[in-house]
Amino acid sequence: MHVEEKLTAETFPASPEKATLEGKNKFIGFWTFLGGETVMFASLFATFLALRDKTANGPTAEELFKMPLVFVATMLLLTSSLTSVYAMYHMKNFDFKKMQLWLGVTVLLGAGFLGLEIFEFNEYVHEGFKFSTSAFSSSFYTLVGTHGAHVTFGLLWILTLMIRNAKRGLNLYNAPKFYVASLYWHFIDVVWVFIFTVVYLMGMVG
Amino acid sequence: MKWSEFFVTGEPLIYAADVSIVLTAIGIVFVLTYFKKWKWLWNEWLTTVDHKKIGVMYIISAVLMLFRGGVDALLMRAQLTVPNMKFLDSQHYNEIFTTHGTIMIIFMAMPFIIGLMNIVVPLQIGARDVAYPYLNALSFWLFFVGAMLFNIAFVIGGSPDAGWTSYFPLASKEFSPGVGNNYYAVALQISGIGTLMTGINFLVTILKMRAPGMTLMRMPMFTWTILITCVIIIFAFPVFTVALALMTFDRLFDTQFFTMANGGMSMLWANLFWIWGHPEVYIVVLPAFGIFSEVVSTFARKRLFGYKAMVFSIVGIAFLSFLVWVHHFFTMGAGAAVNSFFSITTMAIAIPTGVKIFNWLFTLRKGKIRFTTAMLWSLAFIPNFVIGGVTGVMLAMAAADYQYHNSYFLIAHFHYVLIAGTVFACFAGLHYWYPKMFGHILNERLGKWTFWLFMIGFNICFFPMYFLGLMGMTRRMYTYSAGLGWTPLNVVATVGAALMGIGFIVLCYNIYYSARYGERDMTGDPWDGRTLEWATSSPVAHYNFAIIPEVTDLDAYWVMKKTGKGLEIDEEKLKPIHMPSNSGRPFLISIAFFFAGFGLVFEWYTMAIIATIFIILGLILRSFDDDDGYYISVDEIKRTERLARKGA
Ligand code: HEM
Ligand SMILES: [Cu+2]
Repeated sequence: MHVEEKLTAETFPASPEKATLEGKNKFIGFWTFLGGETVMFASLFATFLALRDKTANGPTAEELFKMPLVFVATMLLLTSSLTSVYAMYHMKNFDFKKMQLWLGVTVLLGAGFLGLEIFEFNEYVHEGFKFSTSAFSSSFYTLVGTHGAHVTFGLLWILTLMIRNAKRGLNLYNAPKFYVASLYWHFIDVVWVFIFTVVYLMGMVG
Repeated sequence: MKWSEFFVTGEPLIYAADVSIVLTAIGIVFVLTYFKKWKWLWNEWLTTVDHKKIGVMYIISAVLMLFRGGVDALLMRAQLTVPNMKFLDSQHYNEIFTTHGTIMIIFMAMPFIIGLMNIVVPLQIGARDVAYPYLNALSFWLFFVGAMLFNIAFVIGGSPDAGWTSYFPLASKEFSPGVGNNYYAVALQISGIGTLMTGINFLVTILKMRAPGMTLMRMPMFTWTILITCVIIIFAFPVFTVALALMTFDRLFDTQFFTMANGGMSMLWANLFWIWGHPEVYIVVLPAFGIFSEVVSTFARKRLFGYKAMVFSIVGIAFLSFLVWVHHFFTMGAGAAVNSFFSITTMAIAIPTGVKIFNWLFTLRKGKIRFTTAMLWSLAFIPNFVIGGVTGVMLAMAAADYQYHNSYFLIAHFHYVLIAGTVFACFAGLHYWYPKMFGHILNERLGKWTFWLFMIGFNICFFPMYFLGLMGMTRRMYTYSAGLGWTPLNVVATVGAALMGIGFIVLCYNIYYSARYGERDMTGDPWDGRTLEWATSSPVAHYNFAIIPEVTDLDAYWVMKKTGKGLEIDEEKLKPIHMPSNSGRPFLISIAFFFAGFGLVFEWYTMAIIATIFIILGLILRSFDDDDGYYISVDEIKRTERLARKGA
């Protein structure tokens, strides 16, 4: 079957992301990539844990963190993970419009998260907590910032896919692409849960 | 940065290098223009997504890098031949051992291995290409521009000079203010991204693209080692990515990760570096084991002894390789308990490695051995590698390491494993698979000359270094005084290095000679091989296999030859073959990476940002690309196959 063949809700397979060889390859390849990403974040977490007490006369976590703000950001990102699940649900049911709609909501929530993070960083810098202030500040910005960069990349990725496929609708060629993009988005979400715990919650209790 | 500092000045060696670089560049442009080869270069090579061509480009680059790294090595040996030599000053010596080590490991050993795996793995598993051909091209070009960026450092801006390990605080901006270490951080980052993508690509290829019937336990041993190597790459390289990124931040944005003041921890670098660094040495040596396994079994005409034990020992080695990194800094005060733990894990690696050695020996036992060049390299590997391994266990004893650490004993040890392991394997693999790449055989007589020159030279060069180490000569010292009594052994070592250099020249001559006068391989199976790559024609058709073979056992092709099944191509069964289209984008994106990297090295951020925009644009364009490949018609396959079989 040709991958870009026009399909209907009846002929669309139950797991469209794994219906073609390319799709299957993408699927495993992407999981492996996430394995590598996990190692990368693990290294950044290890670095952060090693350096988080090294504040060198700069601001400490307790003095700095704005929990309400971080909490709202967390909620936005968690919700966006849920909306991306909706999108994939509609993809499997071959409902392109609804999929696009929920992806759109996901992007908006993600952008909200990113906006808050930029605002937060900006605040911290104004309070004298710069990238180069202390080992703690360097490792904080690197860990959280790398996550933020992933969010940015994820947003661009999903947006590109949405624009790219707006006119052609769903097929077995792009279904795996949507699917791995949503996997990526979940991954970013999981990493954030760890950041929220290790950086913010543990930072507040000292 | 002042313009006067942009080009490195002041030494006749550098000016000679400038001149030769410019002349070579002009020469290449001239030849390409004169023979009207630009279009050919673009269509056949720069835009290719064919794993075999990509493999060839990897190997050509690796041989060039072996030349560069080898010249560095000879310069160092020249400087150390006699006491108080005035050939290189201390700064220059620092730069040279740094570029030598980095280039040999990252830009020679790894690409050579990756090149061989590109050519061989899809053939061994009966596939038409890798899982992601486009990504494969991008991997190669990222490696290539990373290598080029690193290589221009010595004439533009200045070489890195803090050792291939680039420990902090030495590698910090405070103690290494030039741009040299920026090159290190950025160039290795770019090529590292390429390596990571290769790891993912080949993992998926091996897991998903095997011919029907080829279960995991029927895979050729080389493919097995590559599979495990890919797993190591995927788990080790991200750590290096992080380490290099933090180094870049420390050097460019004054962050405090590894600094002495403001809370930084320089030992953090050592840990991150070696958590990647030790698995890295297994990334280059496991595939070497795979190559030797193939060669030994082919030229002993026997099935590999203890296949399962081999597989388990590779997995064991891969696992242990992540648990030994502290053995690189036993002397930096980690405490007795920690040192003991890492001492034991390190020694434990000797067990699976020993298992492998015995498996090779038993494969040889009662075999009908043919002493081809590839086989000579493999046979020489066994005793030489054992010397490296035994001295490795000596180094693993933490208490004793206080004596050996950072001495020439260590230098001798790791050259014995890296050269007798990886380099011998690369040469063995090159001779063995050469017909698959170019359709002719590398001349055996010249090959044996290279072998004897290089192998004897290697021992003359490095065996004395064990004793120099025990006599107290430390690594990275640029000169020594006459009274120390090190002179005779140093003279011997330099003679050995020169022999290795001559061996390399003979190898290059052999490549030229064989291209002109070499014996064509008409059969596709010049060595009476056992695995599927020998079922293809030499050189291999673009689509590898006209019909995907069915695998029933280990040594699939050997079985086919014995039973006579599956050798003929039934023209009725041919179907059009789908192939991916060429693309120039990986090359262009990588050029953008080069400029982004160059901008970062010199802290020219406008340049870096503009180049980064081009990179992102390239990635986005990829997803707007509708080209989903093309089909090779049955007629064309028939024609190709008939032509290839005519000689047989
Ligand atoms: C071709 C023959 C070779 C010769 C004559 C040679 C010689 C040397 C010498 C003289 C040093 C410096 C010792 C010091 O002053 O500390 C050195 C260091 C080193 N070599 Fe080689 N080498 C050769 C091949 C290789 C190969 C094939 C590899 C790796 C695959 C390699 C990896 C290294 C590394 C990693 C270092 C340490 C650099 C550092 O201290 O930062 N060498 N080699
Ligand atoms: Cu090690």
